[in-house]
Amino acid sequence: MTTERERLTALARRIRTHTLRMVHKARASHVGSCFSMTDLLAVLYGAVLRVDPARPEWEDRDRFLLSKGHGAAAIYATLAECGFFPAERLDTYCQDGTALAGHITHYGIPGVEASSGSLGHGLSCACGMALAGKADARPYRVFCLLSDGECDEGSVWEAALFAPHRRLDNLVAVVDYNKIQSFGTVKEVLDLHPFADKWRAFGWAVREVDGHDVDATLAALRAVPFEAGKPSCVLAHTVKGKGVRFMEDKLEWHYRSPDAGQLASAVAEVGCGA
Amino acid sequence: MRTTFVETLCDVAARDERVWLLTADLGYSVLEPFRDRFPGRYVNVGVAEQNMIGVAAGLARCGKVVFVYSIANFPTFRCLEQIRVDVCYHECDVKVVSVGGGFAYGAQGYTHHGIEDLAILRTLPGMTVVAPGDPVETRLATHALAARPGPCYLRLGKAKEPVVHTSEPAFTIGEALVARPGRDLTLISTGGMLKETMTVAERLHETGVEARVLSMHTVKPLDMAAVLRAARETGGIITVEEHSVTGGLGSAVADVLATMGARPGFFRKYGVPDEVYHRVGSQEYMRVGLAGDLFEIVLPYVRRRRAA
Repeated sequence: MTTERERLTALARRIRTHTLRMVHKARASHVGSCFSMTDLLAVLYGAVLRVDPARPEWEDRDRFLLSKGHGAAAIYATLAECGFFPAERLDTYCQDGTALAGHITHYGIPGVEASSGSLGHGLSCACGMALAGKADARPYRVFCLLSDGECDEGSVWEAALFAPHRRLDNLVAVVDYNKIQSFGTVKEVLDLHPFADKWRAFGWAVREVDGHDVDATLAALRAVPFEAGKPSCVLAHTVKGKGVRFMEDKLEWHYRSPDAGQLASAVAEVGCGA
Repeated sequence: MRTTFVETLCDVAARDERVWLLTADLGYSVLEPFRDRFPGRYVNVGVAEQNMIGVAAGLARCGKVVFVYSIANFPTFRCLEQIRVDVCYHECDVKVVSVGGGFAYGAQGYTHHGIEDLAILRTLPGMTVVAPGDPVETRLATHALAARPGPCYLRLGKAKEPVVHTSEPAFTIGEALVARPGRDLTLISTGGMLKETMTVAERLHETGVEARVLSMHTVKPLDMAAVLRAARETGGIITVEEHSVTGGLGSAVADVLATMGARPGFFRKYGVPDEVYHRVGSQEYMRVGLAGDLFEIVLPYVRRRRAA
């Protein structure tokens, strides 16, 4: 019998495989950013989010917002794997005249709650959705996935102040803390340490997890809200480019696109060559 | 205008429970009637305009019609990208309301001069841009914007603006109101310049010149037909706005004239020159100091016309 961990790990492998093929075909960047959050997406969409691909606009669905919009390839792959649209559509990623933009876009793509791409927008929008859910006494939760570099934006901290003040315990911020941003390490560019303490000080209930440990991530995301009356923050320690050794923890894979040889070896490594 | 706005919004909210009001901690002694009547649909987000727009967009994505309120440039420029991405990209029912358009806060300094907002907001796709000319138009515009789907911008004056419309006009977004008929020239006014424009038209009348006055409360979508009629039927056009001469009503009207090949007898933009002004003063002082005396500016065109 397949365990939940095996099921979610297999889902993550398929997401990584799609992502590699998409960025290779499109000669697109951000594969490293996709891979640090792939296991988070697999856990969220595979076991946590109450969503229904047959009814993407279902009123009581959980909302998921990808605030680090440059991870678009991985979220499109996830949505396709979960049945929101046919996987063949992934071949159109970044192609002329198609909808699947390099930064996540909602228009014409079932399952995408909101477009982003400019950083620091998602958490505010998620706050508004959570506030509406509270006002209307709806059961849905709102999950927002942020990058670490994104937390340089002041707007993130405006939202971080707002959510605890409004007691939005139906809101979950998941931070993909891969320690690398655009021009170097987070420590070098604009240090976020002590990152968890910052969220706590703003009034969030925080749990730190290894974002590639499927069991640990699942346990944390299933335990929300961590405290009644407080928004939850899952600070996921991750590795940029996770899953492909030559990409792991490498700044350059924020930008580079795998060539044919790199694609073959990477696909072999993520283990879903079919 | 701001009091009229809030009273009207209360009326709208009483009939439509989707209507919310957000403020970035401004509106003291103005917004309380809404807060007290609809506490569950009123949020003071604190001094955080970027978050205010994002929260508004999130609410709107869940079926709400959200008015956001602040003064001068704070609900527009401070959070312009949130308006572009969170609101316009998603075609959200978010209505951005700015109090203190133009020089309503003239003495408060450059930070509080709202004189580029029309230009910037009208470039955003799908954005309706409205600047009512008096409290009557403010009431009608508030009703109209609440009922209009998609992103909207409402530029208001502040307090104690004179009533211009003595009877209720037939107000439609995107249709200019003929505030005064005339054929010798047309003065096209937007926002709080309407009263001053009407006064100038009255003074012209005393010299035997009949100026048509259009209240162009909607800067986008602009009433092209009214502009072309003015070019065709009257001697020339002067646009009047408490706003930079770059990109606002004057530019929008010039666009129409140029692209439609219309040739008015003359065309002049009355507005604020493209410079940072370091002196402060009352609204009237700032208007005349920067844009000049409207009557004095109009007069040479009238004289030249007579001589011709």
